[in-house]
Amino acid sequence: MNTPTLESSLAEIVGAKNILTESEDIIPYSFDGTAAIKRLPRAIVFPSDAQQISEILKLARSQTPPVPVVTRGSGTGLSGGSVPVEGALVVCLTKMNRVLELDTANLTLLAEAGAVTQEIYDAADKAGLFYPPDPGSMRVSTIGGNVAENAGGLRGLKYGVTRNYVMGMEVVLADGSVCWLGNKCVKDVAGYNLRDLFIGSEGTLGIITKVLLKLLPKPAARQTLLATYAQMDAAAATVSDIIASKIIPCTLEFLDRKTIRCVEDFAHAGLPLDAEAVLLIESDGHAAAVADEAAQIEEIARKHGATSVRRARDSAEAAQLATARRSAFSALARLRPTTILEDATVPRSELAHMVRFVEGVATRHALDIATFGHFGDGNLHPTILTDERNTDEMHRVEAAMREIFDEALRVGGTITGEHGVGLAKKKFLPAQLGDASYTLLKNIKRALDPDGLLNPGKIFD
Amino acid sequence: MQNLLKSLDYSVLQQCMHCGMCLPVCPTYAETKEERHGPRGRISLMRAIADGELEVTRAFGDEMYYCLGCLACTSACPAGVNYAELFETARAEVERRHVIKSTQRDFWRWSVVKVLFTRPRLLRLAGRGLWLWRVTGMQALTRALRLTYLLPRRLRELEPQAPRVGAKFSHQLIKPVETPSKKVARTFLSVPPSQTAVPFRRVAVLTGCVQDLAFPEINRATVDVLLANNCEVHTPPVQPCCGSLHAHNGDLESARTLARRLIDMIPPESFDAIISNAGGCGSHLRHYDHLLRDDPAYAARAVEWSRKLRDISEYLVEIDFRKPEARAVTQTVTYHESCHLCHGQKVSAQPRAVLRAIPGVELHECPEATWCCGSAGIYNITQPVTAGRLQDRKMANLRRAHAGIITTANPGCHLQIQNGLRAEKDTITEVAHPVVLLARAYAAERK
Repeated sequence: MNTPTLESSLAEIVGAKNILTESEDIIPYSFDGTAAIKRLPRAIVFPSDAQQISEILKLARSQTPPVPVVTRGSGTGLSGGSVPVEGALVVCLTKMNRVLELDTANLTLLAEAGAVTQEIYDAADKAGLFYPPDPGSMRVSTIGGNVAENAGGLRGLKYGVTRNYVMGMEVVLADGSVCWLGNKCVKDVAGYNLRDLFIGSEGTLGIITKVLLKLLPKPAARQTLLATYAQMDAAAATVSDIIASKIIPCTLEFLDRKTIRCVEDFAHAGLPLDAEAVLLIESDGHAAAVADEAAQIEEIARKHGATSVRRARDSAEAAQLATARRSAFSALARLRPTTILEDATVPRSELAHMVRFVEGVATRHALDIATFGHFGDGNLHPTILTDERNTDEMHRVEAAMREIFDEALRVGGTITGEHGVGLAKKKFLPAQLGDASYTLLKNIKRALDPDGLLNPGKIFD
Repeated sequence: MQNLLKSLDYSVLQQCMHCGMCLPVCPTYAETKEERHGPRGRISLMRAIADGELEVTRAFGDEMYYCLGCLACTSACPAGVNYAELFETARAEVERRHVIKSTQRDFWRWSVVKVLFTRPRLLRLAGRGLWLWRVTGMQALTRALRLTYLLPRRLRELEPQAPRVGAKFSHQLIKPVETPSKKVARTFLSVPPSQTAVPFRRVAVLTGCVQDLAFPEINRATVDVLLANNCEVHTPPVQPCCGSLHAHNGDLESARTLARRLIDMIPPESFDAIISNAGGCGSHLRHYDHLLRDDPAYAARAVEWSRKLRDISEYLVEIDFRKPEARAVTQTVTYHESCHLCHGQKVSAQPRAVLRAIPGVELHECPEATWCCGSAGIYNITQPVTAGRLQDRKMANLRRAHAGIITTANPGCHLQIQNGLRAEKDTITEVAHPVVLLARAYAAERK
């Protein structure tokens, strides 16, 4: 405790019951969804609006030395983005969780940053509207975190990622100023597009407090298909052919044998346990278009040797299959104590090559690696199943990850498709960006946060 | 003895990969939105203790008792974390360290958990006392004279919530052995064989402690439906508590003693099935194999026991129970899922199947059917504020189903909902166990 008054000053801003400092309260905030990274913060505060956050930032900045501030929602991040720096002040937005406005005339929704993504989806759905981004953790994750990490999801192929749905936001800068960026205009070219700068900034440039989202009309119909394969290559060929046939399903997901088994063990969705790979495909839109698309997809799948193609009978069965897929990451934890999930992403033409490459890496380093992911958008989730206490194995994990990322970059891919850089990927970032872009990133950070107050040590040192 | 959390198989703790999928289903996290009040946070604290980074403190103890133990997190957890084991071990460690010791708490825990709920005859005596208290008008008199104000405040607030003890206990309603009557056999012949559970089976029925005191008619109904399905029913008249209350409150040793007594009384090798009709008891009863795994004399029998333990609805569906014949009664019914039946025992579709099989019953689902009602063993006594909020939420959801009968299959939930109705001055809506409705339907056939 170098400055014993910080806590009491914070309590004056947010109220005594909205600040936590005891060990039993702060230990549960020392990690997020990322494996094997844990750092103890100094205190947790729960602000109720941007004004309070502004005051918190001014206070943190006025300390000598300034106290780092790490923003956090539900802590479901997978790159260590919301893991605190040792001794940091955690600003937790889970109590700022209201949906403030649903504008059916302009098809927008305004929510506080701590609103849970599923609740935003539900609010839109009730009004016959649709918020498409659906990260695997959407039942838990908050919209502010989704924007800060530019989260993806199962529908990215057709609908894009969180970035494509953010029309505006309220953000508190490191100096405590509160800005509004963007508005309800579909077209707006006034000045630099600063809104986009904060999307995916991982809490390093400002604290997002409100988000204005774009909504779409709800698709009239949906059809979900499950295609089963005896060989991984056949599944990959199906994906290439679907895209080449100019069909863009809303979801095109892949699960390998290991993932299928773990998921089925949890979800009992009737996945084929003897399959080498399955594709979970969903088409949505006008009923006639969906029926036509589903028929074409089925034909293509069969042409490429799918051993079976099952169509969900009703929305309940479709939802069950989607839930099964969403649980893939966590379900894999059934096999080994530590589950390290990566999100290397490659151009779609390189998918089959990349999946085979990952299999090769697993063999070379004697590691257990399961792969699933968003085949339609090239976003793979090679998941290393290991034990963080086994030092020798963790060295091999390190080497394997390096090889996977190098290869992804070699074929024109990225080290992260949707989880962000955070702590977990920062050492791979220079290789992807090159010197000039990497320096530009650092210069932007320095311009907006000269004291390095916000989420220091994330994305880069 | 070493720290119990340290002696746990570490992989049980490691199984939690803190993805957070448990948060949206955790009633206490929903209340506060603070991590320590959710499963992921609690497990991180247990792990910090196992790692030697945190002591077993009073705050840790309080947290373990703030958890309802509803196990909703175990249904939501894709990683398959055994939260029940973590939770019981943590509470046992809290008790062993005496971090939340107080004379009053110790007295109540000792008298209720150690004395009353280990001696079935004494418990019935206490129950008879409560019954006399009510029927002799003493209760009404003390209330009228406001003598309840002589009680400590906590007890005074609890007094109206105390279960209404039945006029008779299970052993006065059920013979130790009952066999299907010839009449039942005749009924069998009159319906197509595909609709009947024809093969003869020998089963044992567990009467429970609270069920025995407050709802003995549910035990009677359980026996009736089993008889109607050609089962020979064994119901030992004086049964010890199953130990659920003890295990749940950190007293694993007493839980083991009680489990051995029950296994001796109901030898699992002699029965086709052992039937429980209380969600909370059943959830504990089916894990005797785990509880007694280190007991060389009982481990094998405990495995057999767990293999044969069934919830009554689960068993009825398993033996393809006979569907009652059509009746013209129309009843709208909703179903509240007891946490330990749906999350602990994964029995969720079967009670609904029982209800749907009853002619005239119209099942209306209520929202959040699996969200805890706040009863949670003795939680409504230890954490009245949170329990009250959960009760309000549950009652509002049950109302949304517009049902004349609310069904549930656990005495704690049953009492909690009854008290909720009483607080709303509702004297019309009935609370019932699904098998009671089924037994009524069978009985109506004979008229």
